[in-house]
Amino acid sequence: MLRSILSDDLPRSRWLALALLAILVGLAVAPFLFPGAKSLNVAAKICVFIVLAASFDLLLGYTGIVSFAHTMFFGIGAYGVAISLTRMGAGWDAVAVGTVAGLVVAIVLATVIGLFSLRVRTIFFAMITLAVASAFAILASQLSDLTGGEDGLNYRLPAVLRSSFSFGDTWFGVRLNGRLLDYYLVYGASLVLILILLRIVNSPFGSVLMAIRENPFRAEAIGYRTVVYRTIASCIAAATAALAGALLALWSSQTNPDTTLSFDIMVDILLMVVIGGMGTMYGAVIGAVLLVFAQNYLQDLLAIANKALVGVPLLANLFHPDRWLLWLGVAFILCVYFFPTGIVGRLRQKR
Amino acid sequence: MLETKDLTIRFGGHAAVDGVSCAFEKGTLTSIVGPNGAGKTTYFNLISGQLPATSGRVTLNGQDITTLAAPRRTRLGLGRAFQLTNLFPNLSTLENVRLAVQVKSGKGYDLFSRTLTHRELIDRAMAHLSAVSLADRAQAIAATLPHGDQRKLEVAILLALEPDVFMFDEPTAGMSVDEVPTILDIIAAIKQRGDKTILLVEHKMDVVRSLSDRIVVLHQGKLVADGKPAEVINSDIVREAYLGTTAGNG
Ligand SMILES: Nc1ncnc2c1ncn2[C@@H]1O[C@H](COP(=O)(O)OP(=O)(O)OP(=O)(O)O)[C@@H](O)[C@H]1O
Ligand SMILES: [Mg+2]
Repeated sequence: MLRSILSDDLPRSRWLALALLAILVGLAVAPFLFPGAKSLNVAAKICVFIVLAASFDLLLGYTGIVSFAHTMFFGIGAYGVAISLTRMGAGWDAVAVGTVAGLVVAIVLATVIGLFSLRVRTIFFAMITLAVASAFAILASQLSDLTGGEDGLNYRLPAVLRSSFSFGDTWFGVRLNGRLLDYYLVYGASLVLILILLRIVNSPFGSVLMAIRENPFRAEAIGYRTVVYRTIASCIAAATAALAGALLALWSSQTNPDTTLSFDIMVDILLMVVIGGMGTMYGAVIGAVLLVFAQNYLQDLLAIANKALVGVPLLANLFHPDRWLLWLGVAFILCVYFFPTGIVGRLRQKR
Repeated sequence: MLETKDLTIRFGGHAAVDGVSCAFEKGTLTSIVGPNGAGKTTYFNLISGQLPATSGRVTLNGQDITTLAAPRRTRLGLGRAFQLTNLFPNLSTLENVRLAVQVKSGKGYDLFSRTLTHRELIDRAMAHLSAVSLADRAQAIAATLPHGDQRKLEVAILLALEPDVFMFDEPTAGMSVDEVPTILDIIAAIKQRGDKTILLVEHKMDVVRSLSDRIVVLHQGKLVADGKPAEVINSDIVREAYLGTTAGNG
């Protein structure tokens, strides 16, 4: 049963299994354990970014495709829902139309990019995706009638997802309202998407992707049409990223270029996958949790350290909350240096 | 039957394979010999589609395959083992072979079943590994195998393709003496079946003499001799073009 749900891809490390269990359970009870708008927001972001990073790992870690257009697909999914909720009003029909439209656009775009450019060398493909993604971000901010430009869109969510919607009093001190429903919608959908990705990478199709990553020349020689496989993988990754974007839009009731299309997010998901361990899926999960946590709480943590060190001249300055990016960078370098195969790769290593 | 007609490839001005016409019958083993740089590997690359021909034609069972991409040719029954070992380095030995078995099964586009549930593919891959006596290394990562075992795995992948045409490019090169018979026995067994076409590039003259039905000699990209082993090996042109220049190699 567990084997089948996890598609035979067991954690193969006690610590990894514990970490994954902690994430699964922790996110499930997060609204009750850490009530409050900020922590719930962080929990929902973690769910969305787990999916986004995992779909990127399908490309980078499993197929060996370096793409910088992944946030573009994320943005397409988010804007699909945001635009339709803005135009059609706050109904589920708008959510459905927006999600499907986002999926279609993402898949068509991924197919076109794939068929036209997956034949070229990895580095050129990376540059092409960079160019397309930049052009798309500019286009999105120019079409301000549709997308709200730099400010993005603010819209109302379907009634049952609003905090004004109540389906009971309180439970363990937590108000049973639409936000709670919304959170579990994001959580459930993310869980299902992760399990689907896990199945795909452990399917016969997934095994071909890994063969292509390992040696595309030989994969061709034994009879696999690598361009077709790479294009299908790109489409799956793009579609999943678009769904993650749709979830984000459904969670936050605002969508703007900074939260969906920016190059910063592209760097973030790259870090998530590399830190967690490329080509492991679970690595994307761990990496996403760590990075979203660090982005939201490193400053608080540094503030505490800074207070403790008041008076110590150099150290206090070094641990100033404004230095959080520096520390994130240091942590990243240490991570890559000490765990070249990522956290999951390290945990799975036999000593 | 595999046939090449005036097959030529030029790199710049230099014709690495120069107008080679040759037909390879079912159930026969043809050795292709020639000094280093004669164009043997390049000839293979033209046949199996790794390089595009400048001119000339390749036909397989009457079908013109000159312009088909390599994966198509493989699925039509051309199987190739490489001179320089060419594996999936970070995958297991078993997975290297299972991937080759999977091609014919058509399961490559199956996205939603678990690989491990396709027992028949795994069993067949194991059988091919046993044939090259690598079954006990099934779970080892390919890159960690010693050179001899990697050469055997190269051959196992070719077996797993179950092709009609087997192309071996120096399959025993760099192997220790006691490992060579495993590979030669496999080639002999394929020949025994009588319904396969075998092309063998090999420098070891004793191997060539004992296994071949026919020997073709390439020299500077041109086919310079073609005939029964005894005739070709003793012919003047071969002494001059091949044996003379590679006295230390045979
Ligand atoms: N892709 C290429 N570009 C340019 N020249 C090439 C290319 N491939 C092969 N050649 C040239 O073609 C000639 C034939 O090389 P090939 O590898 O076919 O020889 P070979 O008979 O297999 O030799 P060996 O016995 O050493 O394996 C050589 O001169 C080589 O340098
Ligand atoms: Mg050669």
